[in-house]
Amino acid sequence: MKGRIHSYQTLGTLDGPGVRFVVFMQGCNIRCAYCHNPDTWELTGGQEIEADDLFQKILRYKAYFGKEGGVTVSGGEAILQPLFVRELFCLCHKAGIHTALDTSGNLLNEPIKQLLDVTDLVLLDIKMASEEDYRAYTKASLKSVLTFLQQLEDKRIPTWIRQVIVAGFNDTPENIHKLNGLIKGHSCIQKVELLPFRKLCLEKYNEMGLAFPFAKYEETPQATIAALSALIKP
Amino acid sequence: MQFQQWEGFNPGAWQREINTRDFIKQNFTPYEGDASFLAGATARTQRLMKKLNHLLEMERDMGGVLDIDTQHVSSLTHYGPGYLDKNEELIVGLQTDRPLRRGVNPFGGIRMARGACEAYGYKLSDEVEKSFQFRTTHNDGVFRVYSDEMRAARKSGVITGLPDAYGRGRIIGDYRRVALYGVDVLIAQKQKDKQEIAKGLMDVDSIRLSEELYQQIAFLGKMKEMAAMYGLDISAPAKNAKEAIQWTYFAYLASIKEQNGAAMSLGRTSTFLDIYIQRDINAGLLDEQGAQELMDDFVMKLRMARHLRTPEYNELFGGDPMWITECVGGMTEEGAPMVTKNSFRVLNTLYTLGAAPEPNLTILWSENLPQGFKEFCAKVSIDTDSIQYENDDLMRPIYGDDYAIACCVSAMQVGKQMQFFGARCNLPKLLLLALNGGYDSYSGLHLGPQMPVYEGDKLDYYDVCARLEIYRKWLCNLYVNTMNVIHYMHDKYAYEKTQMALHDTNVTRFMAFGVAGLSVIADSLSAIKFASVKPIRDEQGYIQDFETTGEFPTFGNDDDRVDQIAKELLEGVSGELKKTPAYRGAIHTLSVLTITSNVVYGKKTGSTPDGRKKGEPFAPGANPMHNREKNGALASLNSIAKLSYEACRDGISNTFSITPDTLGKTEQERVQNLVSVLNGYFAQMAHHINVNVLNRQKLIDAFENPEMYPNLTIRVSGYAVNFHKLSREQQKEVIMRTFHESM
Repeated sequence: MKGRIHSYQTLGTLDGPGVRFVVFMQGCNIRCAYCHNPDTWELTGGQEIEADDLFQKILRYKAYFGKEGGVTVSGGEAILQPLFVRELFCLCHKAGIHTALDTSGNLLNEPIKQLLDVTDLVLLDIKMASEEDYRAYTKASLKSVLTFLQQLEDKRIPTWIRQVIVAGFNDTPENIHKLNGLIKGHSCIQKVELLPFRKLCLEKYNEMGLAFPFAKYEETPQATIAALSALIKP
Repeated sequence: MQFQQWEGFNPGAWQREINTRDFIKQNFTPYEGDASFLAGATARTQRLMKKLNHLLEMERDMGGVLDIDTQHVSSLTHYGPGYLDKNEELIVGLQTDRPLRRGVNPFGGIRMARGACEAYGYKLSDEVEKSFQFRTTHNDGVFRVYSDEMRAARKSGVITGLPDAYGRGRIIGDYRRVALYGVDVLIAQKQKDKQEIAKGLMDVDSIRLSEELYQQIAFLGKMKEMAAMYGLDISAPAKNAKEAIQWTYFAYLASIKEQNGAAMSLGRTSTFLDIYIQRDINAGLLDEQGAQELMDDFVMKLRMARHLRTPEYNELFGGDPMWITECVGGMTEEGAPMVTKNSFRVLNTLYTLGAAPEPNLTILWSENLPQGFKEFCAKVSIDTDSIQYENDDLMRPIYGDDYAIACCVSAMQVGKQMQFFGARCNLPKLLLLALNGGYDSYSGLHLGPQMPVYEGDKLDYYDVCARLEIYRKWLCNLYVNTMNVIHYMHDKYAYEKTQMALHDTNVTRFMAFGVAGLSVIADSLSAIKFASVKPIRDEQGYIQDFETTGEFPTFGNDDDRVDQIAKELLEGVSGELKKTPAYRGAIHTLSVLTITSNVVYGKKTGSTPDGRKKGEPFAPGANPMHNREKNGALASLNSIAKLSYEACRDGISNTFSITPDTLGKTEQERVQNLVSVLNGYFAQMAHHINVNVLNRQKLIDAFENPEMYPNLTIRVSGYAVNFHKLSREQQKEVIMRTFHESM
């Protein structure tokens, strides 16, 4: 079947283990205030591509994946096109390619559950650590993300938790304590990654004539990430 | 043969004939572990290095040349012994009587030598001028024979950088033979060979070879004299590790005293030397610290090698390179890794002595190299940007397991094969020449087949290809003939007797041609095929620019539509070259390699249909044009991997720059990921990659504040340079290149 993708990156090393082919899906429903890729929001944008055609491109890079690497589908929001991603992951599995899904997990339905069945690793991005913030800075709710996380736990799918840390917004120990509370007791979680807030996307917002809600914040220094990472309790 | 110095070595064919390869294979100790055994720099090494760094700083402050000896002509015995520090050095020998003082080598051409002296404020002495007054140089010989058309092709820049005024280089003596056998055995063998030849027909070939053997024998004698000046006798084999390194280095030193070839490569010595080091360690005569010290001293000597060049030469070959290429790793033909502890030690010199461009450390990569070695190589790349990688799995089936790389990417069996170096032709310029019916707007010269300028308002792909083919035929024939003239004269007037004495008497010869601007011409043809290209003419009706509208695929995105154009272009040139026989029965080879000449080639080439404007640099080697890669680093590697090594047996150079953050989050991840990238690239039978792991910002800073970055080393095109030694234009071009970054 056909899906809508924004683009792909042939050398991805930041979204999952090893060297990865990263597909950025087109279309997102939650409009995070610090979103780095506003050009992936529109559900009808991007380019249409057959899952098999995309798979053929991925196959060209199999030699680089080694033991650890593989494919990561990111976005946009990948779970908005679960049937397409599932078809792609099935093809990858047949070829022995590791599959990772990078998602906010704000939705769960039957097709998504079936997608999870062919997903080797989920990168679950918990956008905000409290329901209040989640609703204030995105168009979704934390509750549905926690439901998604429970599903991962039930299905025993290896999971990496991620969160963007914005200096002056959520770069506090309290925030990390909250995050610890949310992930506590989930044996599916293998790793927690804090990602520094970056502003390279400002240009994109300007080009698109959109205001960047988090323009007022500074980029997060690596030292902050290191200090907060030490507080993570897996 | 039997020598006391060989005690403890496994016997083999190497004792019955000159056969270094067999000696290595019978005796090397493979090492499968990691880098944890390595030792650091000793206090002695640090003291010597401090001295050398001070001299390097002075050299930099003097504008790149510390001193020139204008009184002597460079040769094996024309200078007294020289030292960095006589009391501290373990390995001795300098090109002239003082460190970093350059000798004058006018055998390629007296004008070049004179010009080089003058460029740095020196005057070539009257003695040297006089002694060359009635002497024919290589350069004189070539210009006596060059046809008008050859001169025009050279002047227009459609063929550039030809070795017709400097030493051709790219010949690797088997320097190890001096250590293994001693000079006397080598002389005896050459005398025997000479007598054999005299038993057959004396024709042009055998007479020339006999005279060459006479010279080889004479220069082996001079090599002994040179060593004697340092109080050492190299007539017999080396008896321990220190002597093995010293004898090998003397052989190399003799070669660079005699010749100023563009690339004077070392070969494949580290695993050979490991055999001696391991024997001494086993006998309790040496420890790891001592072994590292010997290698450090050897490498320090190599880092002091210099040739005197003109500013014009530096435009083509920027950064004062010697291409002391040393191959490390690789596998035996039977499939065993040839990695030894000394493979690690030679790489470790980049830590013990600091990062540096020389020697040009080249990893012969195989899927089956030990993981510990692969990871150490990746770490060295990430830390120093000083090493390059070439595909042993691709070359081994062709060249066996004792080949080495001359210059950047030219493979040859050590001591058994040599090449006639031939610079490169400018493909985008050839396209413009074809469109303008044999008129070169840069030089104003008419050359090649003369026909009307391309007519019409839109370039048609098939019409353009038909024209291009006519000019390609013409150029390839002219190129081979020009090379034949050059190498006949080089053999006649500047024969490499020292290096050829360290070869078998009967060698296989390659004639190495090259192309520049591959991605520019591929993208241009793609624009003509897939977009709409309108030629823009000057008052006389010549095409001088293009208006390109619409989208077209560009090389570097793993898109077959254009990648195939690039591939077929190379196959076309390679096939066409082979139609004209080469001097001395040489086998035609082709490279996609520019050194730094992509800048000056671009400068001499008008606007092209791909949107590149007049004078703008080409991409180096086989690289995609700057910032036209849209799908990330691996797509770019995949495009280059499609180019056929079969058509380009002299090598396909790719320079790859990536930011540390893009390669991974932690040091460990970066190492693992780089290993994966190299495995994946070479699994597709790609040939070569230079790896730089750095941020553009660092280069911009070094451009603006050169004094802050005296040792910043980067890979450019088959070699590494000190960034500060590049010209401003070359530096700008390096900064402009694609740095693969994550979104």
